Amino acid sequence: MASELRETIPTFGQKQAADERAGQVDLANWSALSNASFAKSWAEAAVIALVAVIIVGGAELAVILFDIKPYIFPRPSAIATALVTNFPTLFWPHVQVTLYELFVGFGIGAAVGLMLAAVITQFPFVEKVITPYILLLVTTPMIALVPLLILNLGFTSTPRIIAVALASGPMVMINSATGFRRTDLAKIALARSYGASTFQIFMKVRFPLALPMIIVGLMVGAIFGLLTAVGAEMVGGKDGLGNQLMFWSSMVRMENFYAIIALLAIIGVSIYIAFYWIGKKWASWQA
Amino acid sequence: MIHSQAGVVDSSRHAPEPGRRPLPSVKMTVDHATKAYKTASGAVHALDDLSLEIGDGEFVCIVGPSGCGKSTLLWAMSGLHDLTRGSVSLDNVPVTGPRSEIGMIFQDANLLPWRNLWQNIHFPFEIKRINPKPYAGRVRELIAEVGLTGFETKMPRELSGGMQQRASIVRCLSYDPAVILMDEPFGALDAFTRDEMNLLIQKIWMETGKTIIFVTHNVSEAIFLADRVVVLTPRPGRLAHIFPINLPRPRTIEMTFTPEFIARVIEIKTTIETGRFAGAEPPAPAVAPG
Ligand SMILES: Nc1ncnc2c1ncn2[C@@H]1O[C@H](COP(=O)(O)OP(=O)(O)O)[C@@H](O)[C@H]1O
Ligand SMILES: [Mg+2]
Repeated sequence: MASELRETIPTFGQKQAADERAGQVDLANWSALSNASFAKSWAEAAVIALVAVIIVGGAELAVILFDIKPYIFPRPSAIATALVTNFPTLFWPHVQVTLYELFVGFGIGAAVGLMLAAVITQFPFVEKVITPYILLLVTTPMIALVPLLILNLGFTSTPRIIAVALASGPMVMINSATGFRRTDLAKIALARSYGASTFQIFMKVRFPLALPMIIVGLMVGAIFGLLTAVGAEMVGGKDGLGNQLMFWSSMVRMENFYAIIALLAIIGVSIYIAFYWIGKKWASWQA
Repeated sequence: MIHSQAGVVDSSRHAPEPGRRPLPSVKMTVDHATKAYKTASGAVHALDDLSLEIGDGEFVCIVGPSGCGKSTLLWAMSGLHDLTRGSVSLDNVPVTGPRSEIGMIFQDANLLPWRNLWQNIHFPFEIKRINPKPYAGRVRELIAEVGLTGFETKMPRELSGGMQQRASIVRCLSYDPAVILMDEPFGALDAFTRDEMNLLIQKIWMETGKTIIFVTHNVSEAIFLADRVVVLTPRPGRLAHIFPINLPRPRTIEMTFTPEFIARVIEIKTTIETGRFAGAEPPAPAVAPG
């Protein structure tokens, strides 16, 4: 690999333009996730808030007018009340359980995925061999493994953490690998002209170049992780937000059920916002 | 004013008489350089038995048709890649890898887009693990010299092509290499910006006395800047001819419109087209050799 670089003089001009166009592919991915058009002004924010008020208020009215039964859809105000009053006592412990599984599983999956991506992209042959299996992992719903894992590991958080790691890791890996494949020969030659070592080239050129795609991978991986954590909790066990969804619906306490859904939405959006800001800080050079 | 270990160069040194060894000491030597790239479809012979001596403090321009091996030669001189045969040496020491006495400037400015201008200028210090503190004054002077004061925190994409290339010049000069290799540095700039950059490079060179080897496909630019213009043949690149340029310094853009200058342009362009220098001799008889 190193000798290959040594032999190749990057061509500039037209070819460079082509490279940049090739770069647009992942740039588009990045912007799709990170530059989703948000409210840019107070007026827009006000309109968005107004729409929310209309939807929630409309739902409230519809429930009253059409006499919808609370076990089908409770009044939004009832959901809000349930959320506020039950959060500290009934919900918070389960939020902690789900977040714990998510953080540990995602942490392990993302770390392994990132390291694998960094290593295998250095060896094109290994990458060719491994990629189909990674794709298999990405496309197979990892929740499917949970019953098997529970059989072996019992109703602990371990099978869930493993499922989360298996769901988020390949996602992080496949996106990061795309990033690490973007080798800019001119930038690498620049670093080499100052006598950079392979490690320095990795840290100061390849990694920053890959960072926008890595952040996309982390964002998607974290959201996949959340889905998998909740799904795994629904399969079995006695805690976690997924478990609580099953529990409250079996009790026909739909205001609590919807309150948990609202909590999950809040967690998901928070993940998105967190990576949005990370991307803004570390990957905005690409936009 | 940029201070360097070489100090100010007296301009008489840069006006050698034709046919004489122009400079007192040889800085770089290219000795029988041959390079063949191995590709899937066989070897590409890029450079063939090229020998060249570059004097200390000399400004040499290398011109030749596109694809004739100019970059190949420059990369070999910078130690970025090996030669198939032959050698390059700097101060009589063979160049086998990147050396800190050699600075390279690339075609597009090649700034790292995720770093602001100041961080880009400090990139060589980070790689070389040199404390930039002692160089801070020099870096500021250089930034002022190229007119980038106040732009230190700007990101590359916020700067024009000319400004980016100026930043890359500062980045190269910041750690004070004795030899600067430039590979078509202004090829992507518009004509006006290019003139501006050429004046800047001449000024920096006259002030610092660096040895500069400058690859270009623009003949006027080569004549404007060079003490000697080296013309290569089409691939594989061989030495076609070396033209000493005796125009007085500092050179001005107006000089490029004089008949004398234009005569040189024609002379060199003809050499590039035919691959050899016809010289003052009468043209060869137009009879096909039997
Ligand atoms: N890595 C490479 N592999 C194969 N051929 C190459 C490689 N780099 C350059 N060449 C070929 O070598 C010749 C000289 O290239 P180069 O030195 O870049 O030319 P120039 O800079 O004069 O335009 C060209 O024909 C080019 O296609
Ligand atoms: Mg070239």
